[in-house]
Amino acid sequence: MATFFGEVLSVYSRAVEEEEEDVDEENEEDEEIRRELEQKREVVLHWSPEVSEALRSGNKLQCSDFILAVGHNAASFLSAYVLSSANWDAVGHASVWNERSRAVTGQHSEESACVFHRRKDNPSVLICQVTCYLAEDQLFQWTEKVFECLQHRELNVMVLSDGSVADYKTADYLCSSSAPFLRSLHTGAFSDRPVCQPLEQPNIITGLPAAVLNHCQVHRVAAVVYQCYSDVIGPDSVTMETYKLALTRLGRSIQLYPSPSTDVLRKFARTTDIQSNLYI
Amino acid sequence: MKPVSRPVMEESLKQAFLMPAVAVGNVGQLAVDLIVSTLNMSRVGHIHTDCLIPMAGNNPYATCKEDAEELHTPAEVYTAAELKLAVLQIRAPIVQTKSKKFRQLLVSWIKASGFSRTVVLSSSHAYQRDDQQLQGTPLRYLVTPSLLKVSADALKELGWREMERVSAFPGLTDANTEPRLYIPGGGITKGLYTDSCTEDLSLAVLLLFCSEGDNIPDAFTLVNHLNDWLQLLDNHSPEPNKWKIPPSWNLLFGSGIPPALF
Repeated sequence: MATFFGEVLSVYSRAVEEEEEDVDEENEEDEEIRRELEQKREVVLHWSPEVSEALRSGNKLQCSDFILAVGHNAASFLSAYVLSSANWDAVGHASVWNERSRAVTGQHSEESACVFHRRKDNPSVLICQVTCYLAEDQLFQWTEKVFECLQHRELNVMVLSDGSVADYKTADYLCSSSAPFLRSLHTGAFSDRPVCQPLEQPNIITGLPAAVLNHCQVHRVAAVVYQCYSDVIGPDSVTMETYKLALTRLGRSIQLYPSPSTDVLRKFARTTDIQSNLYI
Repeated sequence: MKPVSRPVMEESLKQAFLMPAVAVGNVGQLAVDLIVSTLNMSRVGHIHTDCLIPMAGNNPYATCKEDAEELHTPAEVYTAAELKLAVLQIRAPIVQTKSKKFRQLLVSWIKASGFSRTVVLSSSHAYQRDDQQLQGTPLRYLVTPSLLKVSADALKELGWREMERVSAFPGLTDANTEPRLYIPGGGITKGLYTDSCTEDLSLAVLLLFCSEGDNIPDAFTLVNHLNDWLQLLDNHSPEPNKWKIPPSWNLLFGSGIPPALF
């Protein structure tokens, strides 16, 4: 869909795409192109040598807590409040390519889009920050590949996810002062009490947090998603602070910095991108 | 312990199976919502597959605070033992490149479960109807040869209209093409039907011509039509609106309006 200002948005229409009738009649060349494209879109996990060694011969990583941050605010929150201590090792990253990946110069951007960290003094605590876009056909794949590496017994999963308050449906109109706020969704195996209200119907979650919840529900893993609804589009320190509540439950496994300095926060809350200065 | 990624149906439940096609207006899915909600069906399993776009939410059929916080996934199976009925609800679109795989998954599961008959609730673009289809009822049915053997009389009595075959190039009289089955906007409906014919499954399709918009009345039309055949509801009840709308249908068109707007 082309918008008024010329940028192209991919809009999801309720109307259904018709099935391609000629898929079976593909020639060899088409098939090869399709295969190559599928290979390019494959999610690949790159672990540090130590972790790769531990995963050899089908072994799994011992993991008691897996914290996943999806979105810039969630990821920046973990960076500012948790990972800024010297207590964490970067142990791997996932490379994900799809039609929305911008052409990157050098490895840096690709590596920072989906990173895994492990606590030095307690290697069973794993953190992952995902700031890249995962296409609908990559969500399941990412989830299966990551969870394949983790042992499921006694595993606790927590997902912090950014959302827009525009997507939150409620009968009473929310005035802007109530945002940002948290809502929770958890699997049947999650026996603890969430730190906030449950996500009310008819609201749902999609994307990576949903894929992780689906996997955990089917595999009976205790998991909770904290969806943060914010009225700010980009990274923002007030939104980041909202996640503090979610980590109070993990007291022993995760040490929160009580209040990072303004300099640290400023590093993560970048100003709006140049191309959207139409609405300064 | 291996997870139940696809539910195995008990012997006693091997009777009718209903499922929606993700199609225009989501009419089939809305109709299934009405059925699960009204008959108070119990969830017995999920279909965990990479063919559907992931989503999650709390209980869409919650009746009280206690059962509201139950996680629900994109494809779940419900049963009503006393009616010998199993229902699949699909809550997410099929990943574009995986529709064939999803069809195959469904056909093999239906076959393995041994359902006596399967009914697919679907819809098709109203604007694509040809001159013939514009007249009369917007409801159509299709039935596989296997099911026709058993249900021919019932269908005749109901006076339903079979989905017409249409010419591939309307208006072109010299094109040498046979009229074919065409269900635009029907998602996997046509594929599922043809696969079922090949696999000799007892399957029927019930579809409605409709357009995108407020499809709640369409859902009611389809589910009442189905009820004429399967008699899911107790007919002694005199109330016209016998179907129960689930809480997940709230705010279908967005949040409440800000008072400051006026």
